[in-house]
Parts: sequence; structure tokens; C-alpha cells
Amino acid sequence: MSKVGIGKAINAGLRRAMERDPKVVIMGEDIGKLGGVFRVTENLQKDFGEDRVIDTPLAESGIVGTAIGMALRGYRPIVEIQFDGFVYPAFSQITCQVAKMRARSLGKIKLPMVIRIPVGGGIGAVEHHSESNEAYFAHTAGLRVVACSNPEDAYWMIQQAIESDDPIVFYEPKRRYHEKGEVDLTATSAPRSLFEATIARAGEDVTVAAYGPMVKVCLDAAVVAAEEGRSIEVIDLRSLSPLDLDVLATSVEKTGRLVVTHEAPTFLGMGAEIAAAISQRCFYHLESPVIRVGGYNLPYPPSRVEEDFLPDLDRVLDGVDRALAY
Amino acid sequence: MSDNEVAMPEHAAHAAAVAALTAPVPETIGDGGAELVQLLTPEGERVDHVGHPEYSATIDELTDDDLRGFYRDQVLIRRVDAEATALQRQGELGIWASLLGQEAAQVGSARALRHQDYAFPTYREHGVAWVRGVNPLNLLGLFRGVNQGGWDPNENNFHLYTIVIGAQTLHAVGYAMGIQHDHAVGTGDPDRDAAVIAYFGDGATAQGDVNESFVYAASMNAPVVFFCQNNQWAISQPVEKQTRIPLYQRARGFGFPGVRVDGNDVLAVYAVTKAAMNAARSGQGPMMIEAYTYRMGAHTTSDDPTKYRVSADVEVWKLRDPIARLKAYLTSSGKADKSYFDAVEVEADALAVTIREGCLSMPDPEPASMFDNVYVDEHPLVEAERAAFAAYTASFEGGH
Repeated sequence: MSKVGIGKAINAGLRRAMERDPKVVIMGEDIGKLGGVFRVTENLQKDFGEDRVIDTPLAESGIVGTAIGMALRGYRPIVEIQFDGFVYPAFSQITCQVAKMRARSLGKIKLPMVIRIPVGGGIGAVEHHSESNEAYFAHTAGLRVVACSNPEDAYWMIQQAIESDDPIVFYEPKRRYHEKGEVDLTATSAPRSLFEATIARAGEDVTVAAYGPMVKVCLDAAVVAAEEGRSIEVIDLRSLSPLDLDVLATSVEKTGRLVVTHEAPTFLGMGAEIAAAISQRCFYHLESPVIRVGGYNLPYPPSRVEEDFLPDLDRVLDGVDRALAY
Repeated sequence: MSDNEVAMPEHAAHAAAVAALTAPVPETIGDGGAELVQLLTPEGERVDHVGHPEYSATIDELTDDDLRGFYRDQVLIRRVDAEATALQRQGELGIWASLLGQEAAQVGSARALRHQDYAFPTYREHGVAWVRGVNPLNLLGLFRGVNQGGWDPNENNFHLYTIVIGAQTLHAVGYAMGIQHDHAVGTGDPDRDAAVIAYFGDGATAQGDVNESFVYAASMNAPVVFFCQNNQWAISQPVEKQTRIPLYQRARGFGFPGVRVDGNDVLAVYAVTKAAMNAARSGQGPMMIEAYTYRMGAHTTSDDPTKYRVSADVEVWKLRDPIARLKAYLTSSGKADKSYFDAVEVEADALAVTIREGCLSMPDPEPASMFDNVYVDEHPLVEAERAAFAAYTASFEGGH
């Protein structure tokens, strides 16, 4: 076992995928000598060459559009979008082309692409560097969307995403890149499916669902709640499309209460979909309405006030209190 | 001295610089100017292009069969196009984008491709599809609404029609990058070296994706030929409102050559495209071809060009018709006679019948098939909705 951060774990996963399959290439801005602005691709160009770790001109639609062409030629491109807020110039290529090409071709074409996006706030950044735009892509049929929350998942999920024949938007929790955890870098098979939710912490009173950077917030909240005698079950959704509702519903049927958390604004966010789906599926088990704890429905604010915008431990516990008040 | 007095000469200099840049202004009824590569005049006279004798040499290598083939392809695809337009008018197609007037640009460029080359079309490249061997009925399927593109792109190395303007130019560059990674460029092996041709129109040159594709192609030195059919109109926007300089001159700013060819001259289009594809295959990188042509019909069957252009313009371009000029040349040079032209007409009539009957008998897809092919691997939401749809549909069976 090695103790590595999420960023290093993804780097190790990328390396392993590139060793395994010569068709795997990485494309993006500043990913070569610099190793990416977050150093996630560090040393990969040195070891695999400029042909396979391709520094692209500074144009996101161009990165995704040319990656589509590479995929059509039989490659498995991994695209790095430098920051969440910079994916929008590629939005048309992702939603009109990547997502639809297989259906358009009646199944003749597959586009095995991974679009990596560092996501979320909490790093004191300037505008456009702290966004959570997963709902746009989860809303788009033809794409799969996953979000890792810890180093072991980061290491395996990136490899599984690369092996998938479907295009996948892969969210990386940027404020957690350096948070370390145990990863067995010598293991030969993934501990679980890419699209499976997990119980990050078992509990009895309230289910709290999270993904990406919010999982740690919720785990910390569960520790505090436990000290106050409240038992929170934390579900790490891991996959946003498809959603693993089975694991979530099983938990809610046990606890009778659900709080959904994310950094993204709540209006039409993942929490809205989850609340609707769980209300329908677990109607007779629910003791309270599904509570959403998320970002406010605003443009992401200046970083000096982002801590008031982002759901933190106290806001998660406040959501838990509201669920338990019924 | 006041600020104004200092500023005046700068303004004058700027105005002079702009004037120098913008001459000659492109015009929708222009003849393409002195830079135009033309090997066959509108009257059907075979001419050479001063400064580029290699283009004539390429044409001289063609057999009479080749030249007749250029004619046949154009006549047949024009007939398919006319039949499709009629089918739309009769309610059998939702819409049709006519290629009328652009037959030479499409047939000439497609004929210059090798089997291993790859073409990325817009939604109007019926002539390219024809030459690549795509069944025209498959093209109609998209416009009839029975599918979104019914052919296997890898069967003919002809990608699906792309409707979002310019998006396919990036796919073309990426595919060309893949060719480079496969070491299938510059080896000297004529069966191995490959290149890509990206089709787009004058309107698309305003798109970010097209400009990004130029940047990427130059940066990567990708084996791609950008084939712009300047048909003078982006729906209702004339080309002179789209650009200050002739479109082929834009290539220079991106760092690769651009050439303007008479898009209604199938011989010139063939020769220029062949040279550009050869250069790309040999590792010399991208090139832009502006095929100077005219959209004789409407943008699509939903359009009414009488609202924005005068019929006198169309009359000017009728005199430059691509098929008439080749027919005149074949006749005057003795390469084909009336019996040949008559035989092609008979073939075109038969093809029209095939297209009509094939269109009318094209089955609607099974409704449940819309759940197919969204993903490669099973997706629980799609499967749940497929099952729900089946149950919902079944609930009506025998009950109404």
C-alpha cells in the first residue's frame, strides 16, 4: 500500500492505462513539460513521448473536437480541461458530437473518450475556476459522468473510465488533489464497478448523499454528529450518470431520511433529480422530505466569500437537523 | 500641436492599410479574379493555368473513360438531387439541402481521393458521398427522418453528415492526427499514406471551430485538406458581408497555403485537390482550397432565396454550369458523343426511379429502436425507460 494524494493517484492510473494500451493518448493544455496546472500528468510526456501526451493549442473546442477525430481513428483519447469553467467553449462538441455520434451512426461508431475536469471551489481562485457543472453533462444522454472523492477511487476510476467504450466526463475534486489515502498500486483488479455507489460510512438515522469534494465534508459531519448521538450514513454516489439508485434506496429505506449535498447550485442540480427519484421509489419509507444542501443559486461568488457559498460541515448538519425535525 | 493633428495621419495610414487589405472585395457574381485556377472555361475550352503547368499535366494523365466518368457522376448526382427535391415537395422528405450547381466541386474533389483517405462532409456533400460509394438512399434516410445518418462511415471512409456548422473540421484534423500517429503519412508507400479532406462552406469560415481546426492543423502539421465550397451564400448572407478578403487568403494567416479554384470546373477541382492531397499524404501538412462556385438552388427546401437575391445573379451563374461546360468539352474533343450522353440520361432516369421507389418504401424505424445505440454498454436509465415504454405501448394493444 502507498499513501498518495488524489492527484498522484490519477497520475498513477493514467500511467498504468498508457502502459497497458498503446492507443491511449492524453490531450490538453500544458500537460506535457509542465505536467498540467495541477501536475496530474506530471512526467507522463517524458516517459511516453510527445506523440502520446499531446500539448494542444489553447482552445477547448479544438481539444475535444480533435479528440473525437482521434477516437474515430481508433485511439482512446483522454482530454484534460484545465478548469471547470473553461469547458464551455467545448460544450457544443461534447453535447452535440461526443454524446450523439454513436446513436447517429446506428451503433457503427464508438467514441471511447474521457474528459477530465477538475471541479469545484474552495481554492481561493478567481472567477471561472471554481464551478460545478456536472448537471449539464449528466443531463445529456450519451454521456456518462463520474466523480471521484478519494485516492483509491481516483486511481481505479480513471482506469475504468479509460477502458469504457462510452464517452465519460470524469470529475476530479480539485481542492482534494493533495489529500492522501492508502492505495494498493500493485493490485490487479478494481475493487468495484465504476458506476456503483458505496457506503462511505454506515449509519442508522439519516442518509447523506454526496460525491466528489463533498464526500469528505459529509464524513466529517458524520463524526461530529456521532458525538452528538446522531448516526449518519454517508453514501458516496461516485457515478452521476448512471445513478446507482439501488444503494441509495436501500439506505433510505433503512433510515427514512435523505439529505443530498453538492457544491453546485440546488436548482435543477443533481439533488433535484435524486430527490424526485427517491421520493418516488421510497415514498412509504420516507419520514421527511428529501432535503437539499448545495450552493446557492448564484454565479460563483468572489473567493473571499466562497466559504459562505459552499456547503460546509455546519450546513450539512443543519440539513440533517431539518430532516430529523419531521 | 494638438492631439488631433497628431492623430490624423495615423487614421489616414490605417485607412490606406485597410483599403490595401480589402481589395479585391469578393462579390457573389464575381468571376473569381486572376488567382482562380481554371482548366476548362465556361464555354468548355480546355486552357492551362499560367504558373501551374502541373495541374494540366494531371489532367493529361486522365483517360477518356475518366473524363466521361466525371460527366456521368455529375449528371447522376444532379438527378438524385432533383428527385430528392421533388420528394420533399411531395411531403416524402422533411427537408433537403440541394447541391445544384456544386456538382463539379464535389465530384472533382472526391475523385481526387484514394481509398484510404477519409472525408468529413457537411450535410450537402451528396456528390462526394456518391463518388465514395455511399448509397444515395442512405442520404435520404436522414432527411426523411428515419435515422440520423444511415451508413457505416468506415465502409467508405466517408463520415456521417454533420449539421452543426463547421464542427466536422475539428474531427477531420483529429482524424488526420491519428493518421500521423499511425505513421501513415510521408512513408512514400502509395497504399499506406493517407490524408483527410474536410468539407465546409463559406458561411462556416466564421465559425470558431473552423478557425480552431486551422490552428490545430498548422500546429500539428496534420495531413488535412480544407475544402471550402464558396457557394456565395450562407443562407441569406452574401459572401461579401462575411469576409473582407477572398477566403483562400485566410489560409496564409494560419501558416499554410490557400488556393482558389473554379468550383464549376471539374478538371481544375480534381487537379488542385489531387495536388493538395498528395502534399498532405507526403507530410507537407495542411492546405486550404476555396472552390469558387454558386448555390443555384435554395439553401434548403425551407428557404426562399427570392427574398434576398436577384434572379439576374443566378442567370450569370447559369452560364458557368459545371455539367454543360464538361459536355461541351467532351463533345468538341471527340471524347464522347450523343449516344454516350443519351445513355447517361437513361441511366439517370433509372436511378431516379430507384431513388423514388426506395424512398417511398423506406420503413419507419421501430419506435423502441430509439433506445438503441445511445451507449455501447448497458445504461440502467435507458433500460428502465425502454421497459417502461414497452409496457406502456403494450397497455394499448387490443384496447383501442
